Amino acid sequence: MTAQLQIENFSLVFRTRQGMVRALEDVSLWITGSEIVGVVGESGSGKSVLAYAIMGLQDAAAQVTGGRITFGGMDMLGASEEALVDVRGREIAMIFQSPRTALNPIRRVGRQIEDILSQHANVPASKLRSQAIAALERVHIPDPERRYKAYPFELSGGMCQRVMIAMALACSPSLLIADEPTTGLDVTTQAVIMDLIREMSRSSRMATLLITHDLALAGEYCDRIAVMHAGHLVEIAPVAELLHHPAHPYTRQLLAATPTPHSSIEDLVSIPGQLPDLRGDLPACRFSGRCERHAPICDERPLPWATLSPTHHVRCRSPL
Amino acid sequence: MRDTTLGRNIVHAFGENRLTLVAVGILLLLLLCAMFGQSLAPYDPLTTDGAAKLSSPSSTHPFGTDALGRDILSRVMVAARLDLGMAISAVVLSFTLGLTLGAVAGYFGGWPDRIVGRLMDTIMAFPLFVLAMGIVAALGNTELNIILATMIINLPFYSRFARGEVNVRREMGYVEAARMGGNKALPVLINHIIPNILPPMMVQASLNMGWAILNAAGLSFIGLGVRPPTPEWGIMVSEGASFIISGEWWTFVFPGAALVLAVFCFNLLGDGLRDLLDPRRRI
Amino acid sequence: MSFVWKRLLGTVPSLAGVIVVTFLLSHALPGDPAAYFAGPAANAVSIAEVRAKLGLDQSLPLQFLHYLGDLARGDLGHSLTTGQPVVTDLLQRLPASMELTFFALVFAVAIAIPMGVWAATRPDSLVDHVCRATVSVAAAFPTFFVGLLLVYVFYFLLDLAPEPVGRLNEILYTVPPHVTGMYTLDSLIAGDWPVLAASLAQLVLPAISLGLFALAPIARITRAAMLQSLGSDFTRTARASGLKRGKILFTYAFRNALLPVSNVLGMVFSFLLGANVLIEQVYGWQGIGAYAVNAVLASDYAAVQGFVLMMAVLYVLLNLLVDLAGTLIDPRVRFEA
Repeated sequence: MTAQLQIENFSLVFRTRQGMVRALEDVSLWITGSEIVGVVGESGSGKSVLAYAIMGLQDAAAQVTGGRITFGGMDMLGASEEALVDVRGREIAMIFQSPRTALNPIRRVGRQIEDILSQHANVPASKLRSQAIAALERVHIPDPERRYKAYPFELSGGMCQRVMIAMALACSPSLLIADEPTTGLDVTTQAVIMDLIREMSRSSRMATLLITHDLALAGEYCDRIAVMHAGHLVEIAPVAELLHHPAHPYTRQLLAATPTPHSSIEDLVSIPGQLPDLRGDLPACRFSGRCERHAPICDERPLPWATLSPTHHVRCRSPL
Repeated sequence: MRDTTLGRNIVHAFGENRLTLVAVGILLLLLLCAMFGQSLAPYDPLTTDGAAKLSSPSSTHPFGTDALGRDILSRVMVAARLDLGMAISAVVLSFTLGLTLGAVAGYFGGWPDRIVGRLMDTIMAFPLFVLAMGIVAALGNTELNIILATMIINLPFYSRFARGEVNVRREMGYVEAARMGGNKALPVLINHIIPNILPPMMVQASLNMGWAILNAAGLSFIGLGVRPPTPEWGIMVSEGASFIISGEWWTFVFPGAALVLAVFCFNLLGDGLRDLLDPRRRI
Repeated sequence: MSFVWKRLLGTVPSLAGVIVVTFLLSHALPGDPAAYFAGPAANAVSIAEVRAKLGLDQSLPLQFLHYLGDLARGDLGHSLTTGQPVVTDLLQRLPASMELTFFALVFAVAIAIPMGVWAATRPDSLVDHVCRATVSVAAAFPTFFVGLLLVYVFYFLLDLAPEPVGRLNEILYTVPPHVTGMYTLDSLIAGDWPVLAASLAQLVLPAISLGLFALAPIARITRAAMLQSLGSDFTRTARASGLKRGKILFTYAFRNALLPVSNVLGMVFSFLLGANVLIEQVYGWQGIGAYAVNAVLASDYAAVQGFVLMMAVLYVLLNLLVDLAGTLIDPRVRFEA
């Protein structure tokens, strides 16, 4: 089976006035079928940069320095802008955090869905409206005819995120990238939105890349989880294995810092230290400065992957 | 910590942005003219010379002479005092009054706020230059009234700015702390809030200065306030205007250029100061 | 429609303030109009007579009531210099000023908005820097000086522009039959092409000089607003949705940038109406600005007062128009109202 999305040894830097920021280094990840893969890390770990790079929407200061990204056989890094525009919204869709600001504030939400339909799906003008309403209906928005005419400021945050999902799914993409989709929503709405994303993923055989800082959330909804730290992908494993047998010291610390139904607030341990400055020279293992298991061998390059099982990989010299 | 960022901003504003430095230099030169123009000028600005009417720029008269044979360079130099003087006095007056009104309105709220707000709204309901014309017409055609009119039309900008800044700061921790410490309202306003809003107000003032110069010069261009033969840039441009169709360009170009230079330098200085104080607003 | 009524009601305090100020300017300030009106040969008795005739011997509140009554009847008094009712004078000259201001605004908007958008799509590029430099230099030029420079260059040196003799060279052309009072429109209605061309030619330089002053604030705010909306979350969504570049730029970013742009238009109108006076002076344009300058210099109180009042009312109405346009652009404003 060929993977939908394949990222191989991908590296990206930002060229800034203060120097080169090595935002992503040697990241590899694949996703296929209708699985949900979580990319988890602190803010600044590069997970959103990765998401934008997949879409070809990276910042102007960003420069790809190595690796490949292919999607359904298409070389995303070498593709022309026209080809990328055609893929975005049709084959790969994306939803964001703070859905209220992610929607155009002065355009009716129905029209925003129509914009995508007419761009990608060759829907005749006469059917745009009914298809936009159908898209709203599919994400269980009550009274879709009325909501079609609403402006974002007239809707709640959760409702706006549903609209975003309706927009994303309007053209039945085969990959959904959800960048912190529940941030800024209240807790009950978070669960509803994540349930909806899971339901859509299963029913339309769409792969989902869930970008989140919340390991508990990823643990609940994902099939596999990739942990990122300071631009490195440090561990990837099926959910149960990652949660119960974390192999990377960082993953274990993340777990210790994540509240679960069985732990109390007092049990939570914060992660010592800060993310290293990504400018200038960096150690082979970017976690070494924060790691209690750090040994001289850790500084030798290149830092190898350790395979614990066919599906569980960790990038550490002395995994747990 | 604060010092280092401020230091870095100074380096940016004056180092990377050398234009601001040039502007400061030119402004100092203009201020020099304003203070000592009378003694620096090569000729007396009022002495006419029938033999040298409308002579084009030359080594004896670098900016040429006007219809009465007066040396334009000398007149431009001496005029700096009146033009800058009018603008600076107007800005200082509206700064002081606007700061007071705005601070009181912003700090106490309630009816002082409503009255000041209504007053400023009323001023802003007029096209400002037109209001200035009306004020000068009503108060009398003098230089002092030009200053007053320019002061009044600038007032809303300072008052509103001060009100907004005070309003924001009233809720801030250090002010709250001062109030909890048993300080009375007025001392808190004067000792804790106003010193903090002075720097952004100064930026506002230097950005405003160019506009004040343009207004005062505009009023004297249409014949208000300053009377001939007093040297003033606006009125000199107006006097020179009649010689355009006969080609004596120097009569209006030099005083006009002096105006442009002064306004441009004040604008640059204002931009530079703003960068210095608040690099985020650099657009 | 209720928001339209609310906006209309919102102009009432401004108009009331304007009326009070114009009243104060003419009635409560130093200087004795009665002495002026009575003439240089007047004695105390004749001045008192004039004062009584003008109602200046009454108390201020009573004078204010009279003033309101006069306003209600559309009576702004008589001009000393023309001998006509001030209202007649102003209405006669208003179309000339409106025509000039309109063309200046069109010029400014037509240059400034594309310039701002262009600069915003290429921040920190050469285009951006050139735009910023142009804008800051343009902001430093006094309108009247620009007007004179343009006359010198395009009339005297290059002979491209017609002689600056006002709205139409009446030695060569006849004024078109009066319909709107705007020569371009009237000649269009009359189908008189040579006069249309001539009046347009007369308009070019004054409109550009006036428009240049408005250019800087519009371009600056367009650039800032476009930068903000291009960097906003919804533009990112539009890009991630694979919308075409033109659609993102105009339907998404530009429409959102229009609101801040329309907000500075109020300030721009204030500049334009004020600078109008100066430009009319430079080009011998027979509008209300030139009329007002003569009135001020001649201490023609009624005319000045009428001019200030008319400009203020015009300005309030223009702001109302901008405000209503804003509600068309942004549904949120409509919702709040």
